[in-house]
Order: sequence, then structure tokens, then C-alpha cells
Amino acid sequence: MLLAGPQARLLYPGAGPARLAEHTARYGPLPRGLRRPQRETLIAEVGRAGLTGRGGAGFPTARKLAAVAAAHAPVVVANGTEGEPASAKDRVLMARSPHLVLDGAVLAAELTGAREAVIVAHRDVREIMDEAAAERARAGLDRVRLVVRTAAEGFVAGQASAVVRWIQRGVPAPTATPPRLAQRGLHGAPTLVQNVETLAHLALIARYGAAWFRAAGTPAEPGTMLVTVTGAVRQPGVLEIGIGVPAGQVLEQAGGASAPLRALLLGGYFGTWVDAAAALGRPLSSAGLADLGAGPGAGLIVALPTGACGLRETARLARYLAGQSAGQCGPCRFGLPAIAGEVERLAAGQDTDTGLLRRWLGQVDGRGGCAHPDGAVRMIRSALRTFGAEPDTHR
Amino acid sequence: MSGRSGPGTAAGLRLRVDFIACDGRGVCAAALPGLISLDDWGFPVVRDEVVPGRLLADAQATVRACPKLALRLERGR
Repeated sequence: MLLAGPQARLLYPGAGPARLAEHTARYGPLPRGLRRPQRETLIAEVGRAGLTGRGGAGFPTARKLAAVAAAHAPVVVANGTEGEPASAKDRVLMARSPHLVLDGAVLAAELTGAREAVIVAHRDVREIMDEAAAERARAGLDRVRLVVRTAAEGFVAGQASAVVRWIQRGVPAPTATPPRLAQRGLHGAPTLVQNVETLAHLALIARYGAAWFRAAGTPAEPGTMLVTVTGAVRQPGVLEIGIGVPAGQVLEQAGGASAPLRALLLGGYFGTWVDAAAALGRPLSSAGLADLGAGPGAGLIVALPTGACGLRETARLARYLAGQSAGQCGPCRFGLPAIAGEVERLAAGQDTDTGLLRRWLGQVDGRGGCAHPDGAVRMIRSALRTFGAEPDTHR
Repeated sequence: MSGRSGPGTAAGLRLRVDFIACDGRGVCAAALPGLISLDDWGFPVVRDEVVPGRLLADAQATVRACPKLALRLERGR
């Protein structure tokens, strides 16, 4: 199900996918053929807009653009892998507004001097992106070469270095840092990897400017973001919200809670469990959630009803994340299954001593080639804070 | 500990593990027990501190001894 909220900028309101003519009618033409001074002006405009990465990390987009623009012969990768299983926002975006994503990819390539942009699309929307790219080719629209690839599946496949390695070698697993991708990425070229939603915002900033972009969101965190709302809500789906809208209001836009709520998982499977009572009035922004130890992340909100056991749900997520380890790094490969087992024991009421669990969380945190173990640890620690170490007795 | 800094000196060097490359052979922890221990699965836990000057030669030898080339000395945080 799809819900276009009152802040709908990115999601085509019609039946979608928007054809090229419909897309152009709605947004107007994309600025093209930018010369160097115009590129620098537009990158500065993106900086003034305050656009940050919408894939979860939230890095300032203008800084990434500038870093890669300064490099020789770079390449652009549009990341539509969406490995987070409960998230649907990137898929919905590509399914409704494929040309907005392609506009952003073309623009990012022009801004950085790249001749090629690789679009890595979730398999559900691969054909839509193929068709959109073909439409543009027939129209002779882009100087930049667009290459569409099917994304790998699996949770870690969406990590930027894993996406690059997937394109290059067919292996969807992260690589060691350094080198950073902006220095040496795809086929050794300096590489800009941006989430597809970020690129869609970029395509709108290029048309309408920073002040327009900042009309939504908060002064510190401007713009809109796509969120996926799931769990105990009446109309689960993808919404576009202004950053900073209270979490409770976002749930209302998703039809409202379908049961009294115990907790929210904010940000994704790598996210943070927070008490529903504490979270519902909070702005959905980094600043609004910081003292809860949470953040909007990649925009996933899972509503957990009072009738469900938070530890049991956490055990399920922990086991899933353990299974999604790329298996390259020992602490993640061996530690996450061990941790999942401990969480399962807690959830089953077999044990209430969290000493070993906490020891292992400490031994896994920060000890991988990518952030997979760190994210799992963060989520499990937040569950211990929010749910305590004892399973709910009302099951 | 060395108080000198600048090019060509060892100031600010820390041990780092490339966990993608690391196999958990344990050579490093045996060679440099003052700075490296093993977690419950046999993978190195390096102390997050600048390598003291008196251990620097040992640390460099340990880096060279790693059979997977997974241990490095890096400057800065």
C-alpha cells in the first residue's frame, strides 16, 4: 500500500510509474549541460539546501559531491538495493518516480564529471528502471551513460562498498576501508555512491533551489524524507514526511495505531527500540530523537503493540541479522549467532542474567569491516534498555 | 613513551586489525600480549591506545608476523 502524505514531493501521485512525459510535465526540465562554474554553484546550492544522505548514514551530500568532483574520471552509483527487509521506501520511489531517480543520477554524474551512472535497483523494480532508462535513450536525453543492474539481496548488500563489489565482482559483501570509495571504488575509479532517494531530492534542488527545499523539515534538518511505517498500524506503507514531524503524527498518517503501542523500532533493523509513550510526541529527526539514543536512520518505523513481547521480537531480529552477516569477519560471524542465542534465552524466560550477553555485545561492537555488527549491537542494547531482561508475562 | 612527533617518528601509531583479512590464527596475541588479547572466538582485541615507544619494535615485528597481513600500524584515530 502506498500513501502519499501532504508533503508529497518525490512520489508521483498518479498510478505510476510516471512516464517521461508525465514526469517532465510535473517537474519541468532538468538543468543540463552544466559548465564548471555552474556545477560549483549547484554543489554549493545543495550545501545550502542541507541535503543529507537518505540511506541511513545522513552524510552531507554536497561534501560527497565536492570530494568526488575533485577527483579524476569518477563514476556514480545510485544505490537502490534496499537490503533492509522491512523497508520499502526506495522500491516505492523507483516504482512511482523512476525518472526522478534517473534525473538525480544524471545530475550527480554531471556535477562530478562522471560519464557513467550505474543504477543498482532492487529486483522488484529492475524492469521499471530498465524501461525508464530506455525511454530516455530513445529521447536522446542524457549525455551520461545509464547502466541498470539488479541489486544483490541480503541485508549487508546495501552497504556502499558491498554495492561496488557486487557490480564489479558479483560478490555482495563489504570491502575493507581504506581505501574510501571516493578515492578508489568501482574498477579503481573514484566513486560516488548515493542512495536513490538522495538523488531524487538532488534532482528537485537543481530545479527549485535550496530555499524551496528548506520550506519543509527543520532548520537544522531540512527537507522531506520517505518513511516506511509497518507493524501495528492500520495502513502500513510508505509516506513522505517533513523531517521533524512528530512520530505520533506519522503513525496517524499511516491510519493510526491498530492496538495500544508498547514500543517503536526507529531507523530500521539497525535502529533503536524506544518506549512508545516516550517517542510518540518526539519530532522524527536526529535532534528530536538523540536523547532517546535513536534517529530516523533510513526511515523505518515499526510499531510494536502491547500484546507482543519486545524481547521475542528482538530475538527474531537478532537471529535474522546473524544470518545476514557476510561471514567475512570473525567477531561478526561467530559473535552475532552467539548473541542471538542469548537473546533467545532471555525471550524464552530461560535466563535473566545478561552478563554474558553484555560481554559479547562489547566484543562484537566496532569489530567488523563494515557497520553490520555495530548496528546489530545497537539494536539489541536498545531492547535491553527498553524491555529489560525479562520477557513480558502477558503472553 | 616517546615524546617526539613529526615526520619519521613513531608518534601516534595505533594497531589496527583488518577483520575481513583476519583469520583468528592468534599469532599476534601470542607475540604482543601487552597490547593484544583474544575475544571469546579467538579474534584479536587490540588496546585502543598509541603504541608506547618501548613496544614499537615488537609491534612492528608482530605486524610483519601476521600470516594474513591483517594487522597494521596506523597514524591517528
